[in-house]
Amino acid sequence: MQPRILELRTKILKKNDELAREMRDQFARCGVFVVNVVSGPGAGKTELLRRTLDALSPELRAAAVVGDLATENDAARLASSGAPVKQILTGTMCHLEADMVRSALAQWDLNQIDVLFIENVGNLVCPSSWDLGEDLRVLLCASTEGEDKPLKYPTLINTADVVVISKIDLAAAVEFDAALMLKNIQQVRPGVAVLQTSARTGQGMDEWLALLRRRREGKCRNALKEQEPAERDLAATRMVP
Amino acid sequence: MHELSIACSLIDTACEAAAREGDVRVTKLTLRVGALSGIVKESLLFCFEQAAEGGACEGAALEIEEVAVTAMCPRCQEPKKLADYSRFCCPECGTPTPQIVSGQELELVSLEILPDAAAHP
Repeated sequence: MQPRILELRTKILKKNDELAREMRDQFARCGVFVVNVVSGPGAGKTELLRRTLDALSPELRAAAVVGDLATENDAARLASSGAPVKQILTGTMCHLEADMVRSALAQWDLNQIDVLFIENVGNLVCPSSWDLGEDLRVLLCASTEGEDKPLKYPTLINTADVVVISKIDLAAAVEFDAALMLKNIQQVRPGVAVLQTSARTGQGMDEWLALLRRRREGKCRNALKEQEPAERDLAATRMVP
Repeated sequence: MHELSIACSLIDTACEAAAREGDVRVTKLTLRVGALSGIVKESLLFCFEQAAEGGACEGAALEIEEVAVTAMCPRCQEPKKLADYSRFCCPECGTPTPQIVSGQELELVSLEILPDAAAHP
């Protein structure tokens, strides 16, 4: 018997994409602005987020979920800010998927959260294909990693909305060439927003926080436009600080 | 090694589609995988074989069509094939472009199926 061809033309990660879409809708309904933070291991995601959670409170109710293969160390560090934090242990998995984030959020009332940070597993390749329902994907590259990281990892950077050059206070010590780094980033991802921060000294943190507030307000404005007038009045009291 | 996750999603999707056709076995899966999708073909082939065991895709061939990266050149007003994935600019006029047209695909294009008895005589 001759085999038959079944045309499908479907995305391999369709299930993840559909779930991420549902989560994005739910985040929008609850007024949660979601940031997926990706980087290689040790680029400073946790420290940046710890300081960010501190700085946003009490103006915004921020929360974080953090993915690692093992240990709850990062969750413990983030929890010192007083924000709600949940650790996702991925076992051997090198990235977060939408269903892991959904499970981690199951016990939380999303209406009580204004900004949710998802700290992805430290990995510069694997997280790129998984949509987590985020509004903003932020890629961290530390000055200590050298200037050519963006060129070596074009896949992940090409899914990022913002690039943060972290640990900029160490630039001189490691002879980091910031101008070359900026050129490399623009070469592989033209037009992407780039910030330079040091979570430790606070350098660049105002710009980073301003960007988060601006993008969040943009989302709230768009959400209000799409709603019916009655819903809009209700939501306005909740979403606009 | 996220190829194992990809392979598992692929087999889920394929088995679901195959099940809708009745009692069939999948003899071949055809994929389109972008050069900028972050997938290592050899690694996916390896993981696929393991992940397919025991289901309708067991023993099936995996055909992977690789899709080159093209980006829309805002100046030439047409998609251009990039030679170097660390340099997002038009290969002809040099204009930088972030607008990726192809190269990020992770698609299951089609299945080749046989009635179960015919697949395993």
